[in-house]
Amino acid sequence: MQTPDFSDIPGTVMFDAARARQGYALNAFCMSLMQAANRERFKADEATYLEQWPMSPAQKQAVLARDMNRCLELGGNVFFLVKIAATDGISVQQMVAGMVGMSPQDYRDMMMQGGRPIQGNRSRREWGL
Amino acid sequence: MARVSAGVYTSHVPALGAALDQGRTADAPWAPLFAGYEFSRRWMAEHAPDVILLVYNDHANAFGLDLVPTFALGTGSRFEPADEGWGARPVPAVIGHPQLAAHIAQSCILQDFDLTLVNRMDVDHGLTVPLSLVCGASWPCPVIPLAVNVIQYPVPSARRCLALGRAIGRAICSFESDLNVQVWGTGGMSHQLSGQRAGLINSAFDHDFMDRLVTRPDELAEISHVELVREAGSEGIELVMWLIARGAMDCQSPQVVHRFYHVPASNTAVGHLILQAD
Repeated sequence: MQTPDFSDIPGTVMFDAARARQGYALNAFCMSLMQAANRERFKADEATYLEQWPMSPAQKQAVLARDMNRCLELGGNVFFLVKIAATDGISVQQMVAGMVGMSPQDYRDMMMQGGRPIQGNRSRREWGL
Repeated sequence: MARVSAGVYTSHVPALGAALDQGRTADAPWAPLFAGYEFSRRWMAEHAPDVILLVYNDHANAFGLDLVPTFALGTGSRFEPADEGWGARPVPAVIGHPQLAAHIAQSCILQDFDLTLVNRMDVDHGLTVPLSLVCGASWPCPVIPLAVNVIQYPVPSARRCLALGRAIGRAICSFESDLNVQVWGTGGMSHQLSGQRAGLINSAFDHDFMDRLVTRPDELAEISHVELVREAGSEGIELVMWLIARGAMDCQSPQVVHRFYHVPASNTAVGHLILQAD
């Protein structure tokens, strides 16, 4: 049984066991934001709050900077990271727009017009990669 | 004996829950989307079952990375709506059906499907948004949650999901009480929430998936994870859960009583089917 190879799919981060290991503490921090009291503690002093988790300095910096793409690279998963957006009062759609470098309005317009098309987005070859 | 009378399939986007909870369903751009569920609510009022087995995925709410069960069956008597970071949805608690759930566990595990059994967990939008869309403000009957891992790879194959659904169907049909059971499959359709390809929608794939789900689910069971992610996006992988529900309905040509498709709901293509057993 071969491990499936997703590497040809462009612009797509697969959350596999290696990423889950790398992102365990980062994602555990995100889970803590499910409790209202923790959301308040985080908002009051973000850096101090993050000290509770054995996250790497790069992971902590990515959270403080709200650099969601960097969080993904460092093992974060979107369904965990969305709890940071929720704490900030940002919608999932706004968070996704930020990750693809679009303004919320431009991203919303793209979705209302049918979304990002599959044509030209199936393979890295189509992206010239 | 119990029987599976119908299958309901729908996307489970969290923004739909927010629109429902904040009374924005008549506002643009939501109105045409919720209009697609008006028939479903009337149908549900006339065809309310005794129990719903609802296949969904948890989104890092009941299960983080401490426990990653592939198939987790809710055998408890009550499940509370989860606080996903925005506060819990103002919807009723879900009342389980421990007797039928225990029977399904017994039957499936002895058919070699080693389910994880969960007596205590909160249920997130994956479960409550479909209930709200189709049932309205309250739930008509007990609901047995079946949570599927579609977040951390490896996730179960389409083939395994269809086969599990068939085992669940056999389990339900061997339950002593004369219960009318619906099995729901939720999630999908095409969408991708991260990476530079986020926002992907593939309507042609979605329509073909709905076509084949009705009479040719075995073809869908051959779709690989790579093809599903390539064609339907990283979160489009959730569609494997529709195959569990379809497998539970032992029926070659179910009646399509409702079919609806709409783009977008926030980031997602919304698909919805109601199939009735003949």
